[in-house]
Amino acid sequence: MNKAYDKSTRIVCKALDVKISELDDWNCCGASAYMSIDELKSHLLSARNLALAEKEKKDLVVVCPACLTTLNKTNHYMGENPRLKRTIGSALRAANLQYFGTVKVRHLLEVIVNDVGENEIKARVKRSLSGLKVAPYYGCQLTRPFGEIDDKEFPMLLDRLLTWLGVEPVNFPMKAKCCGGMLAMTSEKVGLNLARGLIQNALDNGAEMISTICPLCHMTLEAYQGNVNKLFGTKYNIPILYFTQLIGLAFGFSRKALGINEELIPSQPVLEKYLEVVR
Amino acid sequence: MELSTRFEPKIVGFLCKWCAYTGADLAGTSRIKYPPNINPIRVNCSGRVDPTLILKALASGADGVLIAGCHPGDCHYTNGNVKTMRRFKLLQKMLDQFGIEKDRVRLEWVSASEGERYARIVDSMTENIRTLGPLNWKSKIEVVAQ
Amino acid sequence: MAEKIGVYVCHCGTNIGKTVDCKAVADYAKGLPDVVVARDYQYTCSDPGQEMIKKDIRELSLTRVVVASCSPLMHEGTFRRAVGNAGLNPFLFQMANIREQCSWITEDRHLATERAKAIVGAAVMRVAYNEPIEVKKVPVDPNVLIVGGGITGIEAALQLADAGKHVYLVEKEPTIGGYMARFDKTFPTLDCAACILTPKMVFVGQHENIDLLSYSEVIGFQGYVGNFTATVRRKPRYVDEEKCNGCGTCETKCPLSVPSEFECGMGKRKAIYRPFPQAVPSTPVIDREHCLYFTKGVCKVCQKFCPSGAIDFDQKEKVVDLKVGTAILATGFDLFDPSRIKEYGYKRLPNVITSLEFERLTHASGPTGGKILLKNGKAPESVAIVHCVGSRDRNYNEYCSRVCCMYSLKTAHLVHEKTEAKVYEFYIDMRAFGKGYEEFYKRLLEEDVTFIRGRVAEVTDVAQEQSEKGKLVVVAEDTLLGIVRRIPVDMVVLSLGLEPRKDAVQVAHTFSISRSKDGFFLEKHPKLAPVSTAADGVYIAGSCQGPKDIPDSVAQGAAAAANALSLIDRKEVELEPTVALIDEESCSGCKICVGLCPYNAITFDSTKNVAEITVALCKGCGVCVASCPSGAIEQQNFTNRQLLAEVEAICA
Repeated sequence: MNKAYDKSTRIVCKALDVKISELDDWNCCGASAYMSIDELKSHLLSARNLALAEKEKKDLVVVCPACLTTLNKTNHYMGENPRLKRTIGSALRAANLQYFGTVKVRHLLEVIVNDVGENEIKARVKRSLSGLKVAPYYGCQLTRPFGEIDDKEFPMLLDRLLTWLGVEPVNFPMKAKCCGGMLAMTSEKVGLNLARGLIQNALDNGAEMISTICPLCHMTLEAYQGNVNKLFGTKYNIPILYFTQLIGLAFGFSRKALGINEELIPSQPVLEKYLEVVR
Repeated sequence: MELSTRFEPKIVGFLCKWCAYTGADLAGTSRIKYPPNINPIRVNCSGRVDPTLILKALASGADGVLIAGCHPGDCHYTNGNVKTMRRFKLLQKMLDQFGIEKDRVRLEWVSASEGERYARIVDSMTENIRTLGPLNWKSKIEVVAQ
Repeated sequence: MAEKIGVYVCHCGTNIGKTVDCKAVADYAKGLPDVVVARDYQYTCSDPGQEMIKKDIRELSLTRVVVASCSPLMHEGTFRRAVGNAGLNPFLFQMANIREQCSWITEDRHLATERAKAIVGAAVMRVAYNEPIEVKKVPVDPNVLIVGGGITGIEAALQLADAGKHVYLVEKEPTIGGYMARFDKTFPTLDCAACILTPKMVFVGQHENIDLLSYSEVIGFQGYVGNFTATVRRKPRYVDEEKCNGCGTCETKCPLSVPSEFECGMGKRKAIYRPFPQAVPSTPVIDREHCLYFTKGVCKVCQKFCPSGAIDFDQKEKVVDLKVGTAILATGFDLFDPSRIKEYGYKRLPNVITSLEFERLTHASGPTGGKILLKNGKAPESVAIVHCVGSRDRNYNEYCSRVCCMYSLKTAHLVHEKTEAKVYEFYIDMRAFGKGYEEFYKRLLEEDVTFIRGRVAEVTDVAQEQSEKGKLVVVAEDTLLGIVRRIPVDMVVLSLGLEPRKDAVQVAHTFSISRSKDGFFLEKHPKLAPVSTAADGVYIAGSCQGPKDIPDSVAQGAAAAANALSLIDRKEVELEPTVALIDEESCSGCKICVGLCPYNAITFDSTKNVAEITVALCKGCGVCVASCPSGAIEQQNFTNRQLLAEVEAICA
């Protein structure tokens, strides 16, 4: 499923002239879990990526809010805590690296909405998705803890983007609530109950599809939708697409190129209703 | 013992009595610990601090000077601290020409309720000057004279 | 002639003595130039301690005294007086702070003692250059300015007026009464707020010693203690206060209704209005923003029907200067804006209301005639009260707003009294600190309110089960039971915290006072001088100094009045002694200093070609002293020679 995110991201960035290149020799950021186990080592993982990005003199753009949070936390705390900065500095030196704190870590959604902007996006829309009702789902980590990107409880970046694509974003009060993904394996009932609440709320507000900006949210809502049905006796069958896939669709790219039809819950039945020609 | 031979910077502080001195008192009342390397001189307003006094302090053996006053807008005498700011900018240019490092002479704003902030400023200033080492005013003047 | 300096190093019990080797410091002092006696003592500020110093002055003919102890902000006055009583000029005394800025900031005995020696050394070298100064006295203007006409300002005004002093009471709203006028019942007695407030408001309006300047603001404040000039802007009401007899005909006839600020927007008022029926003064005011005459040039019905011809559409703003000797700031508070906490759904979800909006609902003359109703007009079957909204919260305000626990209990009681609703109170701690407060809490416990100890995480309308559909669900962790609870209710009342007024920064600047970290006005000393400020002659009282209830506000209002009275009845006040003086001989007439003085105390005499300082206006900041290229200006007790002596001693 995540190959789809990769494919659609690259295609869309090319179309929007957002120059991205894969960070050379990047390492896993440890996401949110590692920080609870060993805070210092977690910072070191992030700091290495930041140092590498700084060497290439570029902003660091991620498509996963968990990476965003982890990298941002390291960035922030290094700036606030001189002792932490010193320790990280000496660890990086052992790997012949340094980090001066100049890298900005951003999520692709924010880059597209703020840097590219409404006009450029509207200009490239070749295929109208008008009438398609999508619940814009942000997940819990895009806006927390720092709240710098968007409003913490009721963010609007994805909503705006969807309207520019000609899609109708539904009112979705749970848009920034946790999907339960982190608990899906360790505490299945608790985690999947959260997913259930989200899906129900989206449906209650008239959504036919949910759009995500996070691979883990996507997996939880889509891959585990069957488990949700089994556990709670529900009959959900709502497709989940990445926001980059929706952009790609609107720009006229083929489903194959965007990784649509690789998903577990087919989006074809819903898309058919609205797209002129689905190639 | 290593500690007793460690270089202890000597810092002269000019603190305005309404804000900075009161804030420094608050740090003590709150029992906040910070390096006792600063020797405070109380003045009514940071605007009283003649740059000559600062130079005299450096020439007499101080390794650093801190001037602390009220935040801009809060000066008890309306805008004494603004005048301090203006003088300080010129003083910095002069110190630069002498080769005296920026970290040695600082102008900071500390309000009467900012004991914690005062302690952090003195802490960071002491550590920075400790890294820079003693001022050795005489040797700096000789270099310029040459 | 050599001076004879006496040095006294105080232990202050263990405060200094534990960390600083006072005996060693005293021994060190004995070796300093001109020091004839150096002693260490346990509590120098005590009577025997002071006696010891006075004895030495007399018997050893001391010419200078240094006391190394606490901060001069603590006891400089004490020791100056002691020295003065022994016949030595009080300014021949210098204090060395070896406590707040020495013994209390480090645990290293060696470093602390070395520091103390350096500080004492600096004081000894400086004091040799101290000169005797005679302090000038000026008379005190007996008039008092009180800013703010809430219950605090009213109390202060009445106390002073009854004592025979003339009071100018300036209030920025069209009426006095403040927030208290909007409350229904007050805790813990459940007195009707208006019933206890309005008689006091009437006294103020009728008192011959009180000049009430309502709908006015202080825009300038100059001078020095005992002799201030306050500039007040009187906004135009467009109604002549002298002619208006308060009949209210204009209000009934006015065709335009707009949302009423007094009713928190839940009710209406006219474009010409009195905020509430018992307003003092009872003169209405015309709201220029909405009045049909001012916006469209039509109507004027009020003028047509006014029996005393009091409507004056051409009324202009007036600026007046008031001469006063003291000022009391009683400007009050603002409520926290709960729309900042998105999770609580204020403004997004109907029936989430604030505590003040609740007051207006239960108030008999409020928009619903005293009935507690939902937006759909029905009575609620369940009500949740949320404590600590915006208070005790690192994201908003860290402090506790003191009154919310008590007024939340009162809210619960009123809901019980007027409806059949079930009440849930979500609290963190119960703060029932005052007289009768704990007993009131017990009463509510017995009234069958459900108390849930947990900070509310969110108020949501997304139902998870049937019982939650159509309700507001309050989600909180019940920390006593250790589970997360979801309580569906009809109405949520947010108990808002108190904040400093939005214009507190400007007011502080106008009166040259400081604010504390939380933004409220800063008192001179938190325990011993809660109503004075660092600016002599300016006092603060009530919730502008910090959140407080009505009894404490009244107490502070009276305290501020007492402080002012004490100053006024002293008849004279001492001028700042550390003024700047110009040596005409050295002045080159460059005029650099003239423009620098914030008080315009320096003028230029073109006949003599020198600058001159008007001593009475000088407040002793020293900015001119530092600017003079000829060194012609010196500041008394802060001369260059004195400061240099300190610097040289430290750096040696």
